[in-house]
Amino acid sequence: MDDVIDVQKVSKVYASERGPVHAIDRFSMKVREGDFVAIVGPSGCGKTTLLWGLTGLHPFNGGRAYILGEEVNKPRKEVGIIFQQSNLLPWRNIYQNVSFPLEIMKENVAEHEERIKELLDGVELTGFENHFPRELSGGMQQRVSIVRALSYDPKILLMDEPFGALDAYTRDEMDTLLLGIWKKTQKTIAFVTHRIEEAVYLANKVYVMTPRPGTNSAVFDIDLPRPRPEGITMEQKYFEIVAEIKRRIVKDVEKQKEEGVYQSQAYSTVT
Amino acid sequence: MDAYDKQLEEEIPDFEEHAPGKHGAFDISATVSSVKIHGWKQVSGILAVAIVILGGLELLIRLFHVPEFVFPAPSATFKALVTSFPNNYPHFLITLGELVAGYVVGASIGLVLAAVLTQVPYLEKVITPYILLLICTPTLALVPLLMLKLGFNIWPRIIAVSLASGPMVMINSVTGFRRTDLAKIALAKSYGATTFQIFRKIRFPLALPMIIVGLLVGGIFGLITAVGSDMVGGKMGLGNKISYYSSLARMAHFFAIIILVAIIGISIWILFSRVGKKWASWTE
Repeated sequence: MDDVIDVQKVSKVYASERGPVHAIDRFSMKVREGDFVAIVGPSGCGKTTLLWGLTGLHPFNGGRAYILGEEVNKPRKEVGIIFQQSNLLPWRNIYQNVSFPLEIMKENVAEHEERIKELLDGVELTGFENHFPRELSGGMQQRVSIVRALSYDPKILLMDEPFGALDAYTRDEMDTLLLGIWKKTQKTIAFVTHRIEEAVYLANKVYVMTPRPGTNSAVFDIDLPRPRPEGITMEQKYFEIVAEIKRRIVKDVEKQKEEGVYQSQAYSTVT
Repeated sequence: MDAYDKQLEEEIPDFEEHAPGKHGAFDISATVSSVKIHGWKQVSGILAVAIVILGGLELLIRLFHVPEFVFPAPSATFKALVTSFPNNYPHFLITLGELVAGYVVGASIGLVLAAVLTQVPYLEKVITPYILLLICTPTLALVPLLMLKLGFNIWPRIIAVSLASGPMVMINSVTGFRRTDLAKIALAKSYGATTFQIFRKIRFPLALPMIIVGLLVGGIFGLITAVGSDMVGGKMGLGNKISYYSSLARMAHFFAIIILVAIIGISIWILFSRVGKKWASWTE
């Protein structure tokens, strides 16, 4: 069984006060074991909705999604989600935040102590165990949230614009760090972002979503060598791929504008 | 375990913390967290003000021979506090007992009600007007009625104290429990948390700062009601002594009782600002 994530034409409509919001519409995707896939698209095209649905946080209205061959209808231990913001619990220190999933799963946290320490060391956070989230920078907080997701060793990581709130330089560092973690842990990663540059640098395959309602626009295989040094983002081939994906997105927006269905996020009140 | 969390099921993913107003309607969190006295300079300043006020008062009263029934000198009040303490001590214990007993019952009911009601929005909407009614009606007014039913003993006062403090604790806790943070609930849920785990590990800690404020306000309201119901009837309690001494115009003794009441009030404040610092300092 190759496809650990198999999304078949899922849709989700929210009932909001201003009428129904079609977040995603018949979106499909397949991710092989150990693969790194990115999903890009303009803001508000339902990328977060897709990941929350795959995590089993909310149901889809249509279509089916399978994780490890089983239909998703509740959260599973094999899946870890990393949120847009670090989403740390401010009343817990770093160690307690990192061991929070184990606590919820009623595991004996003490048994995992060594592994947690190792994971913290891997993201250069040794010595911060007793600090509280507010004492850490944004980049450090997001590193804690990565360790938290790895703490119970899920096979699949779903990442929802995890570095979107960080400044550009920190973001680049975090991307490189993430590639290192991926190589070491061999997880299957589905990474959502609105930054095409980031998607191309990180992923083997980039799914492009249309503006809302988000549906499949195109899939690009990223034919860049591995391992990818940071310098690769300054090479001609990298730029060409980024430009090609950008052209695709611009075209999607143009098409929606022609049809009069485009909802610009710059003027929208609904996220 | 429910497959989906009711709140997550239909909500658009959201990463903002939502609190009705930043704090509650009865927000006095400033008094809990922001008064910090550091260093000899601030301490000596505060002491100097006390010395100037008390000393000035003493001086003026002696200079103009103000009689005790008009205003007692601080020294006379202090003397009365010390000499009448053996007499006042049983009354101090009675008022403290009314307060503690009524408060424990009222605050527990208020807290549990808040936790349960906020989970059932319909019930919350139905019950809240009655809680507001209890808050807006001085429960002191009920004491004479309660006395007719229960007699001139300590029980009407305990009930009055719990009726005064319980709703205060409840209304503030409700504000706390209504703070929702969809992303944090989603976080716990993504690890398979049960409804109870989400309550214990996310909703309750989020609500804790407001609960502590509620417990503080409830304590102060309870004290007011305990002293007030002492005044309404019976022959015991600090409130009773306040009416007794004022009717005799023995103002030094009167003020001595006021100081005893203030000591209880200040202790309540110190207790909960300590608790707040320990358990809710993350909000700072």
